[in-house]
Amino acid sequence: MNAIETKNLSLSYGDTLIIDELDLKIPKGEITVFIGGNGCGKSTLLRSIARLLKPKSGAVLLEGKAIAKLSTKDIAKKMAILPQSPSAPEGLTVLQLVKQGRYPHQTWLKQWSEEDEKKVHDALKATRLEDLKERTVDSLSGGQRQRAWIAMTLAQDTDIILLDEPTTYLDMTHQIEILDLLFELNETKKRTVVMVLHDLNLACRYAHNVVAIKDQKVYDQGKPEYVINRSLVKNVFGMDCEVTVDPLFGTPLCIPYGKGRCILEKAVAVNG
Amino acid sequence: MLLKSTAFKWIGFLIAVVVMVLAMCASIIFGYTDTSWHTAVDAFTNNNGSNEHIIIQTVRLPRALIASAVGASLAIAGVLMQTLTKNPLASPGIFGINAGGGFAVVVAMTVFSVNSLQAFSVLAFIGAAVAAISVYAFGSFGREGLTPMKLTLAGAAMSAMFASFTQGLLVLDEVMLDQVLFWLAGSVQGRKLETLVSVLPYIGIGWLGAMFIAGKMNILSMGEDVAKGLGLNTGLLKIAIGIIVILLAGGSVAVAGPIGFVGIVVPHITRSIVGIDHRWVIPFSGVLGAILLIAADIAARYMFMPSEVPVGVMTAIIGTPFFIYIARKGFNGR
Amino acid sequence: MSKYKNFRLFNGKLSFLMDRKAAITFTILLVVAFLVFVVSTGSGEMKINPLTVVSVLFGGGPEMEKLIITSFRLPRIIVALMVGISLAVAGGILQGMIRNPLASPDVLGITGGAAAAVVSFLAMFSDKNHSLTVSIAWLPLAAFIGATVIGFLVYFLAWKNGVSPVRLVLIGIGISALMQAITTLTMVMGPIYQASQANIWITGTVYGSNWKNVAILVPWTVIFVIIALALARTINIQELGDEVATGLGGKVQKQRFLLLMISTALIGGSVAFAGGIGFVGLMAPHMARRLVGSSFGALLPASALIGGILVMVADLIGRTLFSPLEVPAGVFTAGIGAPYFIYLLFKTRNS
Repeated sequence: MNAIETKNLSLSYGDTLIIDELDLKIPKGEITVFIGGNGCGKSTLLRSIARLLKPKSGAVLLEGKAIAKLSTKDIAKKMAILPQSPSAPEGLTVLQLVKQGRYPHQTWLKQWSEEDEKKVHDALKATRLEDLKERTVDSLSGGQRQRAWIAMTLAQDTDIILLDEPTTYLDMTHQIEILDLLFELNETKKRTVVMVLHDLNLACRYAHNVVAIKDQKVYDQGKPEYVINRSLVKNVFGMDCEVTVDPLFGTPLCIPYGKGRCILEKAVAVNG
Repeated sequence: MLLKSTAFKWIGFLIAVVVMVLAMCASIIFGYTDTSWHTAVDAFTNNNGSNEHIIIQTVRLPRALIASAVGASLAIAGVLMQTLTKNPLASPGIFGINAGGGFAVVVAMTVFSVNSLQAFSVLAFIGAAVAAISVYAFGSFGREGLTPMKLTLAGAAMSAMFASFTQGLLVLDEVMLDQVLFWLAGSVQGRKLETLVSVLPYIGIGWLGAMFIAGKMNILSMGEDVAKGLGLNTGLLKIAIGIIVILLAGGSVAVAGPIGFVGIVVPHITRSIVGIDHRWVIPFSGVLGAILLIAADIAARYMFMPSEVPVGVMTAIIGTPFFIYIARKGFNGR
Repeated sequence: MSKYKNFRLFNGKLSFLMDRKAAITFTILLVVAFLVFVVSTGSGEMKINPLTVVSVLFGGGPEMEKLIITSFRLPRIIVALMVGISLAVAGGILQGMIRNPLASPDVLGITGGAAAAVVSFLAMFSDKNHSLTVSIAWLPLAAFIGATVIGFLVYFLAWKNGVSPVRLVLIGIGISALMQAITTLTMVMGPIYQASQANIWITGTVYGSNWKNVAILVPWTVIFVIIALALARTINIQELGDEVATGLGGKVQKQRFLLLMISTALIGGSVAFAGGIGFVGLMAPHMARRLVGSSFGALLPASALIGGILVMVADLIGRTLFSPLEVPAGVFTAGIGAPYFIYLLFKTRNS
């Protein structure tokens, strides 16, 4: 069964149509990444799947049921979302942030059950933040902070995790840190991960399934090695590039044409 | 932008000036005792000492002139404040100027038993200047120097504090309350021409100064870092803006007491007509501000005739719907 | 987690987590509040020593002191305490909702609306002899109605597919200025008796509180504070932003409305009986945050106590410092508040 499906989904901001009658199927237990040019609507699509945005027409189905008919708390038990650039109030500790993830499972009376405690503990362990749990979120490094937010979504204990550009403001080390963590979670705990990524090469490396968005529709989707080629990159991103094979992972690697220091002849000369 | 080409802008400006002059004439003619245009002209050319002529010379004309000068000054000060704080809803009031001026006057009355309108002006000016300088200083704490956010917050705090102290003093001295209340509400009625004349040099320098820095304001509005990168001395410019605002708004408070909303609303209207080039926005705002305040003053005369409503109240009543409209519409950076 | 203590009762049906440090801080604040209460009750034109005060509070004590305390001092100080609690809790809620540490009840125009209502009430019901045609006991109701109507108005005007915190604050500031203008207008048009009465009220004071006021204010405050505490969790998630809050299953718009109404109720109750006491809603949550952190389960109670202490102290100073003159407490909350605000600016200068 598909974790998430959209049927005839149309999204707009005011009069501008962003997504046009989209039928999309997001498979369970895999990492799906939305890619596309700036402003193509990938964030908008993600947010409407997360019910943060009401569709103009059409429906989003979560495990076969229309989300418009489900209560927001029930949705929160099945699907977690980490929006772009989240901000925590000053002075909030990591532990306090992660605890909030238990909100959909709690009631007035039951504010800290054994299960809550266990899930929070597990979330901190999975993100390797146990030693940092009393630090304030704003005192952490970019990578640590993002891990804290991911820990919160983990504590929410959902099958599906949605992330809107989780790596955009991080340096390379931290980008890999976060993506490795998400990959691990998918492998070991079988979570369905859906995210928007800017970096095409990272998308190819980590995603089981890429969805390329252009002109309010899905241009193509599928395994990166089947789908990402020179013609797709040209049509979706408007960029001319060479698509080769990543030397470490074997996944597609896109290298754009353009200007730069070309030292190829010299390298050939050195290597004979 | 309504007037796109330079030619249209010049034409628009001339029309605005004409409207302003007409408004001034209307202000002279209409009121509790209506006079005619003929009589008004006679008051200056063939003065025969009649009551009507006296009223026109000593009451109506000063009132119209004061409303124009104050309206223009507040509007220009508003433009400067909005660019300085990058806040489309900023006004001289947030600088603590109104509250500081009011406080100074009330202190003078209750503690030092000062009573002359002339003295009020001087004190209001000083109070406004002191408040503005403190707000400026507090808003400059820290590594980044003066930022829009800090300035707004410091201004809000100082305004609230002065307002509270003012009220406290008025509680202690009830008699003063009646006298000072009308002044505190902001009014162009009952002010003498001498007051305007004494403050005119400062306001005049303010107007000229504003025109002089108009081009630099354009660069500043592109952002602190970009402006510095283009070689603008942002620190010096901010100080200049501060001084000019104090001259304009402080002068206005000195003559007419605290009047709000003109500084917020007029720049917006101007920008929708001529765009965002400060070299146009500043003079246009001046003229529009004058027109607005004169119109508000005329309305204030008729609202509860024969009682006079303070014009500061009128601008609030007219200004609030505008303000709400702007706030709802949303704007860049919010 | 020795910093925390788990509470699990009734076979897991009731459970919560308690931060030890916060609990200790709260207890200390409780003790301080009690001390301030006692000292304040004992101060005034006739000084009564604290032990006597305590014995009167527990039912005994000499007749003369008992009379003074129960007739004059107690009602006033209880009102001051309740007002401080109300404003602090409302301020905490608003700061959490608006996600801006500089939000406060004064900013939403609610106190302004109450002021305008009070002044209009005094203007409408004054006759030619400058005295009121209806009992002044109706004044609190007028204030409350003013606060509530403006609260709704601001919410309504800020609504555009939902209410964003920024829009709420901006519209609140605009309406606030309008209320100020209407207040001034009414004061200017009317007789001086009414103007000075109104002015005292606007500045904020607990002078003239009586047991009838207490009987209304105490239950009102207690009920709404309890409701606020029950909703502490929802404020916690709202502080993380609308998107995260929705993602966690919070009904953001509904809860926002509810929280705003609770704040309005608390502020309305407070202005009805004590006028426009400013800055408490701003200062108390801040101070509480420094002591117990950002989690609202701990923040609200601590704020409440700090607010109560602040207003009681301001009232105490106002009564005794310029004796026999009575300076309204509102002057001192501003006198402490504005410098504190500046200090906050200074302190956060490098962030």
